[in-house]
Amino acid sequence: MSPLRLPGPPWPDPIVEVRGVRHAYGARVSVDGVSFTAREGEFVGLLGPNGAGKSTLIRLVAGLLAPSAGTVRLAGFDPHATPRRLVARVCALVPQEPRLDWPFTVRDVVMMGRTAHQGLLAIPTREDLGAVEGALAACDLLHLAGRRVDALSGGERRRVFFARALAQEPRVLLLDEPTAFLDLAHQVAAMEMARVAARGGLCVVAVLHDLNLAAAACDRLVALAGGRVVAEGSPSDVLTEERVRDVWGVPVWRGQNQATGATVVLPNVRPVP
Amino acid sequence: MTSVSGVPRTRLVLALGLGLLAIVAAVAVSCLLGPQPISLRAALDGVEPDRAILFGLRLPRAALAAVVGFALAAAGTALQALLRNPLAEPFVLGVSGGAALGGTLVLLAAAGLSAVAGPAGALLGSAPPVAVGSVAGAMLATLLVFGLGRIGGRLVPEAALLVGIVFNAFVAGVITLLKMLAPPDQAARLLYWLMGAIGYESPTTLAVGTVLVVLSVGALALLSARLNLLTLGDEEAASLGLDVRRTRALVFFAASAATGAAVALAGMVGFVGLIVPHLVRRVVGPDHRLLLPASALFGAAFLVAADALARLAFLPLGTEPPVGAVTAFLGGPFFLWLLRRQARQQAEGN
Repeated sequence: MSPLRLPGPPWPDPIVEVRGVRHAYGARVSVDGVSFTAREGEFVGLLGPNGAGKSTLIRLVAGLLAPSAGTVRLAGFDPHATPRRLVARVCALVPQEPRLDWPFTVRDVVMMGRTAHQGLLAIPTREDLGAVEGALAACDLLHLAGRRVDALSGGERRRVFFARALAQEPRVLLLDEPTAFLDLAHQVAAMEMARVAARGGLCVVAVLHDLNLAAAACDRLVALAGGRVVAEGSPSDVLTEERVRDVWGVPVWRGQNQATGATVVLPNVRPVP
Repeated sequence: MTSVSGVPRTRLVLALGLGLLAIVAAVAVSCLLGPQPISLRAALDGVEPDRAILFGLRLPRAALAAVVGFALAAAGTALQALLRNPLAEPFVLGVSGGAALGGTLVLLAAAGLSAVAGPAGALLGSAPPVAVGSVAGAMLATLLVFGLGRIGGRLVPEAALLVGIVFNAFVAGVITLLKMLAPPDQAARLLYWLMGAIGYESPTTLAVGTVLVVLSVGALALLSARLNLLTLGDEEAASLGLDVRRTRALVFFAASAATGAAVALAGMVGFVGLIVPHLVRRVVGPDHRLLLPASALFGAAFLVAADALARLAFLPLGTEPPVGAVTAFLGGPFFLWLLRRQARQQAEGN
C-alpha cells in the first residue's frame, strides 16, 4: 500500500542506537543525555528506581516521543520523524497496562498487530492469518483464541499483548515492565518468552524492576538514575553491592544462584528494634 | 473463517440484511398507519387521496427519519470509539447543540436579511446554507468538547462528557436568547425544528441532507478498521502503526458532518447514537467494520419506528410530539442505566 520503504534489511548493527538523548516533560527533565545501543539477538534490560526515565527512554526508542536533544536511530532511521506505519513494521511495543475497554476476542487483538502490514479495511491476507496463528501458538494461546480479552486473567492478558507484538513481525521488541502485577510463575514465563524472542533474532529491550529476574534473563543491563546511565554491562558487572546501594538506596547482599550461576541481590531488611 | 479477524462475510451479510429488513418494516408501518387509513394498492394505482398521502406525506417523512437515524447512529458509534466510552453520543457530547446553534444563526441571519433584501434572505434560509451552518457548528462543538476534555495532554472521557453536557445547557440558553431577537412566526418555527421534529421537508432539503449523510457515513465506514485501533488508546494505536492525529481528525470531521446534516434536517434528536450502537454491539460484537454499518441501518429503522410511535401514540389527542421527545423519553433512562453499569463495572473490575 505504501510506496515508502525502509532502509534494509540488512539492518544497521546495532539496530537501536541512542546518542546523548534528552527529554523533558515541561520543566521536569526525565532523560538527560542517555546513550545506549542494542543489537539483534540481544535481550537488554533497562533498570533503575522509579522516575529514572526508563519508560520515557523506551517511548523515545519507539518514536512516540521526540528527544529535545540527541539522536535516536531505529534500524537506521529517526523513529519520531518516520510514518508510524513504517516504524511499526520494525518495532513493536508492549505497554505496561494494555487497554481493554472493548470486548474484542484474543484473536482480534492479536490480528491488530498486523495493522502496519494491512490496507485501509484491514482485510487479512493468508500471510496475516499465518502470522497470527504463529503468534498465538508461540504464546500458548490457541485454546483461548475465541475468548474475550476482558474475561482473561492478568497473566493470560499479558500473553495476548505479547502475541500481538510478535504478530507485528518486528525486528525490535520493546517491553514496558513485562512482569508488573504478575505472580512468580507468570513473571518467569514472561521473561522466558522475551528470551525466546531474542534467541530467535529479535532485539529485545525491556524495562524491568525485579533485579534478580533481570540478572537471570538479560544478556546485558543498563542502569539508569535521575535520567542518566550510571552503569552498563553484564548483570554481574552492573549489579554490585555498592551500585545497588547508590542507585536504589538499599543495602544488599550479593551472591550467585548455585543452580544457574546468575547474579542474585537480596535487600538487607533489618529487624525492627 | 469463523473468527472476526477478517469480517466474516456471512455475518456481515446477515447483519446488513437484517438492518435493511428492519428499515423496510419500519417504513411500511410508518407509511400505512395514520389518522387517515390508506390502501397501498389504491396509492400505487394512483387513487387520491391515498396516493398523495403515501407519496406526498408519509414516505418523505419516513425517508427523512431514516436518513437522520442513519446519520446519528453512525456518528454515535464513531464518537464512542473516539472517546473510548460507550456513553458518548452526538447529543450528549454537545455536537448536536453546536449544530443547532450554527443552524439557528444562519436562519436568524436569513430572517434579518429578508427584511432588507427578500430574495437574498430566502436564499440564505434555504437548505444548503442552513446545513453548512449546522455542520460548521457541529465541528466547532466537537473541537471544543474534545479540546477541553484533554487534561495534561490526555483525553479524559468523563471530562469530555461533562463539557458536552455543560455546553448543551449553554447552547440552550444562547438559543433562547437568540429566539427573542427573531420575529414571532420565525421563533415558533425555530422552536419546533430544534425540538427534533420530523416535519415535511422540501425535496431539496432532503436531497442535500441525504448526500451529506451518505458521504460522511461512507467515510466513517472506510475508517471503521481504524476505529478499532482508536479504542486502544493513542499510544498503542500509534505503536501498531496508526497515524493517530490524522485518523482522529478524519473521524471528527466525518462524525461532525453526519451530525450537522442530521440536525439541519430534524433538529436535536437525542440518544439515537447511544441506544442503537449499544444494542447492535451486543449482537454483532465490537468490530467497527461490522458495528458501524449495522448501527447506521438499525439507527434508520429505529428512528422511523420512533417517529411512527410519536404520531400514533398521540393520535387520540389529535396532536403529535416531536420525535426528539420520544427518543429523549427512551434515551434518558437508558443513559443513566449505562452510566451506573459502567461505574459498577469499574468499581468491580479494575
